[in-house]
Amino acid sequence: MIIKGKVWKFKDNIDTDVIIPARYLNTSDPKELALHCMEDYDSEFVKKINQGDIIVAGRNFGCGSSREHAPIALKAAGVSCIIAQSFARIFFRNAINIGLPIFESEEIANQCPEGDFLKVDTARGMIENINKDRAYKLNPLPVFIQNIISLGGLREYVKEEVKRRERDV
Amino acid sequence: MGKTIVEKILSAHTDTNNLRIGDIIKARVDFTFANDITAPIAIKYFRESGARQVFDKKRVGLIPDHFAPNKDIKSAEQCKLLKEFAQEYEIENYFEIGKMGVEHALLPEKGLVLPGDVVVGADSHTDTSGALGAFAIGVGSTDLAAVMALGEVWLKIPPTLKFIYSGKLNKWVSGKDLILYTISKIGVDGANYKVMEFSGEVIKSFSMDNRFTMCNMAIEAGAKTGIIEPDEITLEYLTGRAKRPYQIYKSDTDAHYEKIIEIDVSKIEPQVAFPHLPENTKPISEAKGIKIDQSIIGSCTNGRIEDLRIAAKIIKGQQVHSEVRLIIIPATQDIYLQAIREGLVEIFITAGGAVSTPTCGPCLGGYMGILAKGERAISTTNRNFIGRMGHPESEVYLASPAIAAASAILGRIASPEEVK
Repeated sequence: MIIKGKVWKFKDNIDTDVIIPARYLNTSDPKELALHCMEDYDSEFVKKINQGDIIVAGRNFGCGSSREHAPIALKAAGVSCIIAQSFARIFFRNAINIGLPIFESEEIANQCPEGDFLKVDTARGMIENINKDRAYKLNPLPVFIQNIISLGGLREYVKEEVKRRERDV
Repeated sequence: MGKTIVEKILSAHTDTNNLRIGDIIKARVDFTFANDITAPIAIKYFRESGARQVFDKKRVGLIPDHFAPNKDIKSAEQCKLLKEFAQEYEIENYFEIGKMGVEHALLPEKGLVLPGDVVVGADSHTDTSGALGAFAIGVGSTDLAAVMALGEVWLKIPPTLKFIYSGKLNKWVSGKDLILYTISKIGVDGANYKVMEFSGEVIKSFSMDNRFTMCNMAIEAGAKTGIIEPDEITLEYLTGRAKRPYQIYKSDTDAHYEKIIEIDVSKIEPQVAFPHLPENTKPISEAKGIKIDQSIIGSCTNGRIEDLRIAAKIIKGQQVHSEVRLIIIPATQDIYLQAIREGLVEIFITAGGAVSTPTCGPCLGGYMGILAKGERAISTTNRNFIGRMGHPESEVYLASPAIAAASAILGRIASPEEVK
């Protein structure tokens, strides 16, 4: 998948309560969650971003709760990819499981300012800063995780596995 | 070379041989569970998966505890989904209001999570059960649906950080103070993707309640989980509770650790984590005097019977400060009943405190104690992020039940030593 989008910068330790406050977790509807994405951090965020935009953040993005509503809200708000210096582990799993591409890169976190445009080739792990004419090659994801992504996420993997087990019985 | 407790547990739960750190494995799961926030999405995906039944009806837990008893119509709809799913798939461990408790206090109490288990919960504080010597990790809803359908989870073999606590504990210093202190030393991502193994003479002397508190907050340092080797205290706790046989694992003396961190507890005072990260911790001597509007004693971190006993000891014969709301939430029905029998509830109510049925409620800003703009709370819960307990311009200070109780009486963050 090739993604092109404008960069929105976030600091270290963006927690899941900021991404989607718990007061809105009485629903799991992506559209409804998207309306409140990041509102305690920047109440204008949802209005400002365009479909396909990219978040570039510091360390420990997505720390805190296990709520899958956090990556769901970001994706439904239009975020197409997140690049951070590091991710909290549950958020990392959740993003992969729902098919939201995420990458760890200290260089990009340090070198790409808000407003720059990035082009991301998710399969090859190639990221290009269009404004700066600079390219970054990231470490590929482990093969097992790539397989989950190539199947279309963990849900598809589970469907395949359920079918396989039924055949084997 | 020897193995850590986590390496032994994971080896026993996978068909992959010669595990190395960083390997990705599929691990068999002994118990899995979700709550009223995470289960609805998991249930939807489970239904879509084509699975005819859950992998084991006795090993799935559904616990409506976050916005339950139902706080509004939308929450009621979410809780209803859990109940209907439990009925349809004959899930034995669905806990209705009246039997329900905060999941991470309830499941160990009921003997459903046990030493040597791989436990997967759709809640970040699943690590709490590591105090029993289980490998217990939090995941999201899609992972949970996969576990319910397949009985297994994919995971990466994590490195372990070993923490050794030694020395004499100062007065009023509890498991909560040690974990807050530890998080402040390594930071909120200091253990990201890693296991925190808590050990040493101080941990061995700790009750299960203190151990649960420490493992509970390993996630606040980013850890995959926290774990403590089972010992006589663990076995005593399990007597009469364990619902099935279990296996004790211990780390070998020559096990490999990424790092060993030794902590002398004799230098540690009661701790207070300032807004808006659990790592912003200061000793009580530097936190005194901050005016508060609310004190919360409860949650999966500190809503157990010992927590209530310590609070009652400080509150007995006192009155809650006229400008403070004291809200006490026993974590389970059994704890609540025990608190009534021991006269603790009477002490709280006589002092002007409010005692609630079990719920996660205020900890995550759900209900039962939301903060208004500019308000400040001292709380025995686990997170003090922006807006965690209510208005984005409110503040949460994290501390032990002793500090929360003393602060409720004095109307400002205070040590129990100051309560006359």
